[in-house]
Amino acid sequence: MTDIERLPYDVVVIGAGGSGLRAAIEARLAGMRTAVISKSLFGKAHTVMAEGGCAAAMGNVNPNDNWMVHFRDTMRGGKFLNNWRMAELHAKESPERVWELEAWGALFDRTKDGKISQRNFGGHEYPRLAHVGDRTGLEMIRTLQQKVVALQQDDAREHGDAEAMIKVFSETTITRLVKDGEAIAGAFGYIRESGKFVLFEAPAVVLATGGIGKTFKVTSNSWEYTGDGHALALLAGAKLLNMEFVQFHPTHMVWPLSVRGLLVTESVRGDGGVLRNSEGKRFMFGYVPDVFRAQYAETEEEADRWYSDPDHNRRPPELLPRDEVARANNAEVKAGRGSPHGGVFLDIASRLPAEEILRRLPSMYHQFKELADVDITKEPMEVGPAQHYVMGGVEVDPDTGESCVPGLFAAGEVSGGMHGSNRLGGNSLSDLLVFGRRAGMGAAEYIGKLGDKRPLAGDGDIAAANAEALAPFERAVGENPYTVHSELQQTMFDLVGIIRTEDEIKTALSELEKLRGRASVVRAEGGTAYNPGWHLALDLRNIVLIAECVAQAALERQESRGGHTRNDYPVMSPEWRKVNLVCSLASDENGERVVLTKQPMPPMREDLLALFDRAELKKYMTDEELPPEPAQLPESAPESPGVVVTESRQGSAVTESRQGSTVAEPRKEVP
Amino acid sequence: MGAKVKLQVWRGDAGQGELVDYEVEANEGEVVLDVLHRLQATQAGDLAVRWNCKAGKCGSCSMEINGQPKLACMTRMSLFDPDETITVTPMRTFPVIRDLVTDVSFNFEKARQIPSFTPDPAVGLGEFRMQQVDVQRSQEFRKCIECFLCQNVCHVIRDHEENMPVYAGPRFLMRITELEMHPADTADRREIAQDDFGLGLCNITKCCTEVCPENIHITDNALIPLKERVVTRKYDPLVWLGNKIGRRKSDDTPKVPGKQS
Repeated sequence: MTDIERLPYDVVVIGAGGSGLRAAIEARLAGMRTAVISKSLFGKAHTVMAEGGCAAAMGNVNPNDNWMVHFRDTMRGGKFLNNWRMAELHAKESPERVWELEAWGALFDRTKDGKISQRNFGGHEYPRLAHVGDRTGLEMIRTLQQKVVALQQDDAREHGDAEAMIKVFSETTITRLVKDGEAIAGAFGYIRESGKFVLFEAPAVVLATGGIGKTFKVTSNSWEYTGDGHALALLAGAKLLNMEFVQFHPTHMVWPLSVRGLLVTESVRGDGGVLRNSEGKRFMFGYVPDVFRAQYAETEEEADRWYSDPDHNRRPPELLPRDEVARANNAEVKAGRGSPHGGVFLDIASRLPAEEILRRLPSMYHQFKELADVDITKEPMEVGPAQHYVMGGVEVDPDTGESCVPGLFAAGEVSGGMHGSNRLGGNSLSDLLVFGRRAGMGAAEYIGKLGDKRPLAGDGDIAAANAEALAPFERAVGENPYTVHSELQQTMFDLVGIIRTEDEIKTALSELEKLRGRASVVRAEGGTAYNPGWHLALDLRNIVLIAECVAQAALERQESRGGHTRNDYPVMSPEWRKVNLVCSLASDENGERVVLTKQPMPPMREDLLALFDRAELKKYMTDEELPPEPAQLPESAPESPGVVVTESRQGSAVTESRQGSTVAEPRKEVP
Repeated sequence: MGAKVKLQVWRGDAGQGELVDYEVEANEGEVVLDVLHRLQATQAGDLAVRWNCKAGKCGSCSMEINGQPKLACMTRMSLFDPDETITVTPMRTFPVIRDLVTDVSFNFEKARQIPSFTPDPAVGLGEFRMQQVDVQRSQEFRKCIECFLCQNVCHVIRDHEENMPVYAGPRFLMRITELEMHPADTADRREIAQDDFGLGLCNITKCCTEVCPENIHITDNALIPLKERVVTRKYDPLVWLGNKIGRRKSDDTPKVPGKQS
């Protein structure tokens, strides 16, 4: 065994993007000695790539907005497969989390009366996304980064050491979680720069590692997105929820090839951009599914009127949830009506004056101009779908972020449930803040309850983690990790991509079986110091494991819903809505295997169910799940002694129970 | 597949290194980072390259391409002559870790010395009111992706390592301006900008502005206005007199102490 540095902490947060930093801030505020593990440099995490905004029902632009409308939109976007408690907490707490950022120095774009401005986005009924041009994620990560620095400055004054209470370990990767019996005892990994091994000895670990993009060939995700947290959780005995749901965002650059997958923000459509095929037709009008027909315009005239008069017109179909738009783009290309480089046209040039485009979408202008020689103020963009987000993830308690493994928490993209089968744009940044904070609190509370009885990592486990990490160097012969990775990405994109069928998924699973064998014997050259080939060799274990989870769950779910489209089962099934698919690991003679089980979806709380029209619920739910017909309700209003009437922020009357959960609101008529 | 291009890549570590010649395939529309990745995947698996988003948004892949400070992900291969040998070296101002990767911790240390955003504690959550025209000035500086190319190119430290302890560099002088122009900030960092962060060493040659991949007008909009503010604070005769006769108490926020590990 090589030298391993041991570093004692209270809370170790793995991941330094939005959710990781927010969790770390909360843990530090609760008095925990906190380590933040960042796979890249501090402030570079994938959160910087988020463009459009952060959804929070502040009601700054349209005062009709409130948490109930946001909750409804989120559930609809996720096709009612969301963990409703998470969707509820998210909708209620997002505004405060955004205001908090402002108090930490964030500078969002403003409304005329000086409040935080909010923009329209797919699936959101009202303008809801706090934003900074098209670089909202950068603003968020920088603000959180600077808040961490501010806390360190406080600690420097108080303890004489800026890193006394919160320290960022940049360019550090965790390869194994270690346990003491059932409970988390620490995290083992390496420091990129030196190649040295470290053991963080800590009773609480918060996973905030983001997504799994590098499982797919065409993705908007960055280098780091190798499903580390998903895999670490599985290996530590936690469960992954609904891994079949993978979001293919509809608009990415398709040309030049080297930037294929580069994100084109949904704000282009939120600000008036429209999708056209090679015949110049605004094709989205032909792709409005039944469940959304009442809310979306049927003619171009009505759709165009909506931008200036949203109260009397229905939304343009370009602003349907992402899964719908991605499938439509895909279908147009397959039908031979695509653009020259295999995408569709996204036109903002004919919709807004050039200076307005430059003001609202500066990064998009820059990106197309520099990389594709396209001036988006003069010509349309060519765009197509790419892997963007994974809805599936670690199953956690909504309130605390704790997984089924004591001491293991998860927040953000690596956690599952919040977004159901499809995430709405803008709900990710708010998710990071709401559940990052909750996981930080949850970890602190857990440690409070532990007292002095801290779990200890066993020497055997540490030695095994060390040997596993060094294994790629021990092999005299072995395959190049880059080759194995590239083939896996191609397999997953081709066979378990945006449109899936049983035969193709089965082929993928047998390919993955072979790739799993090949990945386990790849070889690294050189030494441990900053060696990308070695890093990839270690990441491959995670990528293969997660690919298997996605493929297995995709094979099992025989319906089409959100980010899971089966050509052989094209219909959404109310029976399947009641089922969560859960992946865990089990050992057999061949080592550890992914095991898939079905788990019933807990029924939605009655007061939340009451936020929807029965007719709408009927589109998603089985008859026995529906609330009773209105005629069967008692005639008197449900004014029980436990209910008080309060004023909402916007001044409209809402009914609130003593537990603080709102149970009714004036229902907005859908035109 | 495309044609082969000739590359010279600096390989080595903190101790020593050399330029190594390679021939790598390049395809239409590719950027330098694509070619470096292909080099990694086919010939040099352990070539150290720091990168992340490959979209010009994270500022990780800063290096010098034919001597020019650039983001490798935003530098298109079509810029070069097909027969040209492209030289790729690490940023010169920072110590090399391995190959193209440098130790940029200098920047994170400077960031930690600048007094943070200090709002009026009486303003409650959601109660900030600021006009777009007022936030826009600082917003320009917050476009910074911290690629540190401006730090790398700034001659005050590029050729004079001895200035590093007393000079924060364009990125962090701009950060001071950003906070000074933040409509809700209450601290005063003008004195320390000059005394502790070396604003006086900047002689506005605009090299930083030229290399900024975000096209931020660092010199015109951040450094010169900060110099003007410092002049008002430090050299105004009335302020000087007030300080001298003890009628005016300095309200400058001190630089943040604290040890680095």
